[in-house]
Amino acid sequence: MTCWETIQAYALRSVFSDRFTWDFTLFGHDFSLALGAEKLLPRADFDLCQQVVLIGSGMIWNIYFGVLTLGAGFLLATLVAVARGSRNPLLRKPAEWFILVFRGSPLFIQFFFGYFCFLALKTAHPAFAPFTSAALGAAVVLFLNTAAYSAEIFRGALLSIPKGDTEAADAYGLSGWPRFRRIVWPTMLRLAWPAYTNEAIFLFHSTTLVFFSGFPATSQRGDALYYASYFADKTFNPFVPYPILAGYFILLTLIIIGLFGVMNRRLNRHLPEARRARLRLRAGQFLR
Amino acid sequence: MFEFCTDPGQLDRLAWMACYLTTTKHMAIYWSVGTVLILLAVTAPAALLMGFGGAMAARSRIAPVSWLGRAYIMIVRGVPDIAFFMFFVIALDQFFEYIRHEVKCPGWTEPIRQNGNFLVCPEAKLPLSSAPQYIHEIYGFTLAVITFAIIFGAFAANVLYGAMRAVPQAQIETAEAYGMSRRQAFRRILVPQMWVYALPGLSNLWMILVKATPLLFLLGVQDLVYWARELGGAKTPRFTDYPHGDWRIWYFLALLVFYLVLTRVSEIALDRLMVRLTRGQATSGGEAQRKAMIA
Repeated sequence: MTCWETIQAYALRSVFSDRFTWDFTLFGHDFSLALGAEKLLPRADFDLCQQVVLIGSGMIWNIYFGVLTLGAGFLLATLVAVARGSRNPLLRKPAEWFILVFRGSPLFIQFFFGYFCFLALKTAHPAFAPFTSAALGAAVVLFLNTAAYSAEIFRGALLSIPKGDTEAADAYGLSGWPRFRRIVWPTMLRLAWPAYTNEAIFLFHSTTLVFFSGFPATSQRGDALYYASYFADKTFNPFVPYPILAGYFILLTLIIIGLFGVMNRRLNRHLPEARRARLRLRAGQFLR
Repeated sequence: MFEFCTDPGQLDRLAWMACYLTTTKHMAIYWSVGTVLILLAVTAPAALLMGFGGAMAARSRIAPVSWLGRAYIMIVRGVPDIAFFMFFVIALDQFFEYIRHEVKCPGWTEPIRQNGNFLVCPEAKLPLSSAPQYIHEIYGFTLAVITFAIIFGAFAANVLYGAMRAVPQAQIETAEAYGMSRRQAFRRILVPQMWVYALPGLSNLWMILVKATPLLFLLGVQDLVYWARELGGAKTPRFTDYPHGDWRIWYFLALLVFYLVLTRVSEIALDRLMVRLTRGQATSGGEAQRKAMIA
C-alpha cells in the first residue's frame, strides 16, 4: 500500500467504518464519489504512514468535541458567572454548587458517572438512547465541565473590572442590559481572555479522555489517543505513535494560540500598547 | 463479616446492605482508597523533588543543563497529560527490561524488537513470570508512581522556577553584599523565601494531582474505578449471594462524592497553610495580616 492509498483508505476511518459510493448527476454529467474508509484497521506490518493517517483521523473527534463544547460552554459559562455574582441566593447558590461539583471532581469520574446516568435514563425512556454514544453523551459532560471552569475564570474577571469603568457607565446613564452588553461583558472578556485561552487548550487536551472512560468506541471509531494506544498495544512500541500524537496536539495548540491571539488583539485594540494583556501559556489551574 | 450474614436472601434491606457492603470484594474497594492515598503520599514529595531538580537545572548557568531543565518544564505544555501517562508506563517498563537484558544476557543475539514484539531474555522479564501475583501488582503500581512523579515533577518545576524568580532581587543582592557565594545565597536566602510564592501554584498542583489519581485505572492498576466498575455491574443469583441490577451509577456517584470531599478538605488545609506561611512575609498578604493584628 502506498501512502496515498493509505490516506484514501483511513483518513476518514474515525468517522466512517465502511466504504460507500455516491452517484449523482450534475449539469448533465454523471459523477461517482467514493466516500468512507476501510472496515478493518491494519492488523500487521504497520508502517509510519498508517500511524500518521489514522491518528490524524482520530483528531477529527478531538476537534469536534473541543469546538462544540467550547462554543456551547462559553454561553453557559457567561450565565453561570453572572448568576454566581448575583445577590439573589436562588441564582447564586446553584451556580456555586455547579462550579464546585464540576471543578472539584475528576473529569474522568464525571465521564463514567455521566455514561452510567445516560444508560439508566435510557432504560427509563428510549429518547435518551443517543446520549449513551460518545458523540452526544461525552459532549454533554464535557460541555458542563468546561462551562464550570470557564465560569470560574469569568467570575474572577467580573470581580476585577475596574471600578472606574462601571462608574463611567453609570454616569452615562447606562443600566441593565445595555450596561452589561456594552461595558461589563467586553471588559470581562478582555480580562479573562488570557486565562480563557489556557482553558481552551486544556479542554482540547481533555477530549482525549472520552474513549477511555466508559463511552464505547463503536466499530473502532475513536479519537487520536485511541488510535495511538491501539498502535502502541499492537506494535509494543510506544516511541512512534505517541510522538505522532504529540506532534498533532502541539500543532493544534499553536493554532488555538494563534486564533485566540487574534481575538485578544481585538479585545485590547482600544488600549495603549503597555496596558495590553499578553497571552501566556500556563499549565496548572486548568487541568482536570 | 457480620454473623447474621450467613443467609443474605432472608435479610431485610438494612441488614442486607450492611452485609453487602462488607463482602470480601468490597474490602478490596476500601483498600483501593488506601492505594489512592498512598499514591498521593508518595507522588507529592517525589514530584516536588523532581520539580526542584528541574527548576534548579533550568536556572543553571551551564547552557546544556539549563536547556534540559527548560525542556523538562516545557514537555507538559501542548501535549495532553494522559498521552504522557500512557506513553511512560510502556516506555519505562521497556527501559527497565532493556537494561536488565543488557546486564543479564550478554550472549543474546536476537534483536529485541521484531515483528511487533518486544522480546528480552526470560531472566530479564519484569516481573519474572514465576513471581507471585502481588509482585506483579506492586511492580505495576511502582511504574504508575514513577510516571506520576515525572509528569507532576514537570508541573512542579514550572511552579518552583516561577517562585524562584519571584523572590525580590534585592534580597539576593543583599546576600551577595554580605559576601555570600551564589550557592550560599541560594540555600540561605532564596529557598526559605520562595515557598510563599510557590504555594498558590503548588496547592493548585495538589488539587490536580488529587483529580488525576483515577487515571491509575488507565495504567492497569486495580484502583477505585476498576472496583467500582466490577462491583457495580449487574449480578445474577447464580454467581453471588447478593444479586442486584446495574448499580454502577451509584458506585460512581459515591466516587464523585469521595473526590469532592477530598478536594474540599485539601482546599481548607491548604488555605490554613497559606495563612501560616504568609505570616511576617513582605508581601501584600503578609501586610494585610499585620494590619489585621493591629486592628
